[in-house]
Amino acid sequence: MKKLSARRRHPLAAVVVLLLALAATGGLYAAFAPAEKAQADSSAQSLAIDEGKKLFAVGCSSCHGLNGQGTSDGPSLVGVGSAAVDFQVGTGRMPAQQPGAQVPRKKVVYSQTEIDQLAAFVASLGPGPVAPDSKQYQPSDDPATNAEQVAKGGELFRTNCAQCHNFAGKGGALTNGKYAPSLEGVDAKHIYEAMQTGPQNMPSFPDTTMPEEQKREIVAFVRHTNDEPNPGGLALGSLGPVTEGLFGWIFGLGTLIVIAIWVAAHTTKAKKS
Amino acid sequence: MSSASGTRNSASKPASTRAKPANKAEATADWVDGRLGIYSLAKANLRKIFPDHWSFMLGEICLYSFIIIILTGVYLTLFFKPSMAETVYHGSYLPLNGIKMSEAYASTVNISFEVRGGLLIRQIHHWAALVFVAAMFVHMMRVFFTGAFRKPREINWLFGFLLLCLGFFDGFFGYSLPDDLLSGTGIRFMEGAILAVPIVGTYIQMFLFGGEFPGTDIIPRFFTIHVLLIPGIMLGLLVAHLILVFYHKHTQWAGPGKTEKNVVGMPLMPVYMAKAGGFFFLVFGIIAVMSAVATINPVWAYGPYRPDQVSTDAQPDWYMGFAEGLIRFMPGWEVSVWGGHTLNLGVFIPLMIFPLVLVAIAVWPFIESWVTGDKREHHILDRPRNAPVRTAFGAAWIALYLVLLVGGGNDLFATHLHMSINTITYAVRVGFFVVPVLTFIVTKRWCLGLQRRDKDKVLHGRESGIIKRLPHGEFIEVHTPLAQKDLHTLTAHEQPKPLELPAETDENGVARKAGVIAKTRVKLSEGFYGEGNQIAKPTTEEYHEITSGHGHH
Repeated sequence: MKKLSARRRHPLAAVVVLLLALAATGGLYAAFAPAEKAQADSSAQSLAIDEGKKLFAVGCSSCHGLNGQGTSDGPSLVGVGSAAVDFQVGTGRMPAQQPGAQVPRKKVVYSQTEIDQLAAFVASLGPGPVAPDSKQYQPSDDPATNAEQVAKGGELFRTNCAQCHNFAGKGGALTNGKYAPSLEGVDAKHIYEAMQTGPQNMPSFPDTTMPEEQKREIVAFVRHTNDEPNPGGLALGSLGPVTEGLFGWIFGLGTLIVIAIWVAAHTTKAKKS
Repeated sequence: MSSASGTRNSASKPASTRAKPANKAEATADWVDGRLGIYSLAKANLRKIFPDHWSFMLGEICLYSFIIIILTGVYLTLFFKPSMAETVYHGSYLPLNGIKMSEAYASTVNISFEVRGGLLIRQIHHWAALVFVAAMFVHMMRVFFTGAFRKPREINWLFGFLLLCLGFFDGFFGYSLPDDLLSGTGIRFMEGAILAVPIVGTYIQMFLFGGEFPGTDIIPRFFTIHVLLIPGIMLGLLVAHLILVFYHKHTQWAGPGKTEKNVVGMPLMPVYMAKAGGFFFLVFGIIAVMSAVATINPVWAYGPYRPDQVSTDAQPDWYMGFAEGLIRFMPGWEVSVWGGHTLNLGVFIPLMIFPLVLVAIAVWPFIESWVTGDKREHHILDRPRNAPVRTAFGAAWIALYLVLLVGGGNDLFATHLHMSINTITYAVRVGFFVVPVLTFIVTKRWCLGLQRRDKDKVLHGRESGIIKRLPHGEFIEVHTPLAQKDLHTLTAHEQPKPLELPAETDENGVARKAGVIAKTRVKLSEGFYGEGNQIAKPTTEEYHEITSGHGHH
């Protein structure tokens, strides 16, 4: 060690140290650097992100920006997660047709594979709610358990959802042309994702405020309301007393007045006694 | 006493002088007559004459639906429990299984799913109630537009109006009973309205609910009001209403042989007995069909009431919809007075307008008779066109009612017409003031146009569609003159002259001053009957002059 410390002020010492350091760094790099094939990762996830990025550039970037960072026409998608993409694109809301009070549900233009690729790309921008699998959103198939879920879901629905979506999920008006859409014919998965992500004007119900099990119960209730026949006959839109009043006036009193006119028009000639 | 009754018997049907009744039925009738005197009663009333017109049957729809409501209501009381005690549901409707609810709600769900025919009866009861109030509304407007409220029927008009108002409220109490999410929201609405009354509001609320909302008293109290108090009053008013119809005799349309002193029509027995009896079953049938095919108030879907829950589309039944509209379009004004006392004008002002809307139509007969100074009896009906101001007022009132209904359903109009709810609310705010005025102007002009048309028809006859060429080449359309009876019907109405202010000086030359009230009355009278406010009907001279054969009409 003496020799080394004696020569530490040698004019070439710095050069030697530099060479040694370079050699060590290079050696370590050669030992630990990712292999050649890892740089061109061909795993499904990364392929999906790549494909999704291409689709995104074509269909979404004009409003959301090339990297999903958002523009004056559309919000940033960093952190919205794959669940939001699966909901928005899977219900046809995105790509949006035109700006307006609210983006309506319409025909779905992407296949589920493409939606998954878009979702993978957007999810890669930042962590967010993950699209659920069917175990998470499918209510139980067992009739007894399902009935229990429907009952509990009804209570949850009336507490959290009915004030906008109406007691039977028929939708309702919000301010300035916005609205809570009808839940008729909406996939269980999309109902679940809407609760996870809170699209448009809807508040979100993350698992911290509404656990997975409760979301499933709400899905069970909505499905029950949509599918089960109404015990009372025609539901008249399940919109409450307004449509009932219209029906009562038109078909009730209307028919009775027509009958009154008919009865009055048919009179026997009474004999004068 | 016995001799008097004997005289009456011999005058009607000499039951005592007859040797033997022909059959059992007659014997029974004789027995009843001996005790109740039905023969003379029947003789006096069975041949009572009623004129024939479909619009005279609107009142019958009211009567029959009221009977249906009472019948079905009695059945429902057998199973309904008017209690707010808490229970947990374990019935056959699984989607509510294990849910906490009141006895009232649980028993309504049980009526719907457990009781035999319960759901159908419930729906008949509710649909009949909707039809009942709607029929009363139309019946009232028929009476209004034809001037059937004029002397001697003003009191009966008020009885009818009271029946309508009581119908509104009994309906409200009725649909509040099941204690479902919608009805509880309605009760909460009512509580809010009561609380908005300055000074006494909170006291009334505490008294009515027996404490804080919702408490446990309100459903039992509403039940008593709904099944006993209001129906009792309504039944009494209904009987009085019908007695007065009998006493005044029915009004009739103008026509040949019809005067203010007679009634031309068919006798009660057998024609109207058959017609009315048949019509009752038709009304019952239609309401039963409606109830069998269409849901009303699906309480099972609303769920039980909980003050922390609410559903959108929370509207009252249609007849209370105008109150909802008043609340919804009113800006939410709130002021603080006398150091921290809140005056909730956003609710209190609509609460004050609510009775005014109803009273506006109720007082019209009295305003009209004051303005016109007409104190004579009227049994011949007016055609709406011949009373343009009255018709225009009635139309304006209906327009106001409709504007308020749109306001009450603003959210449904927004979603179904794809409009902004704010736009609709602003439109209703403007419409509340503007639409009735426009309707008044348009209707009045419309009536005057129809009067001109009548005049034209009387003088020139009907257009026959036959084109004739005259010898000198002119083309004319041949008009066929009206039959004598049509001429009579079209010119039977009176055309009163407007009132005039008394001369400015009396016979001694002393100046007389007309008061503001007298001047207003003359001005209004001018508006009713003055120049331009009615089209002078053709006189006999005009008719003769024009039909005396110049041949150019």
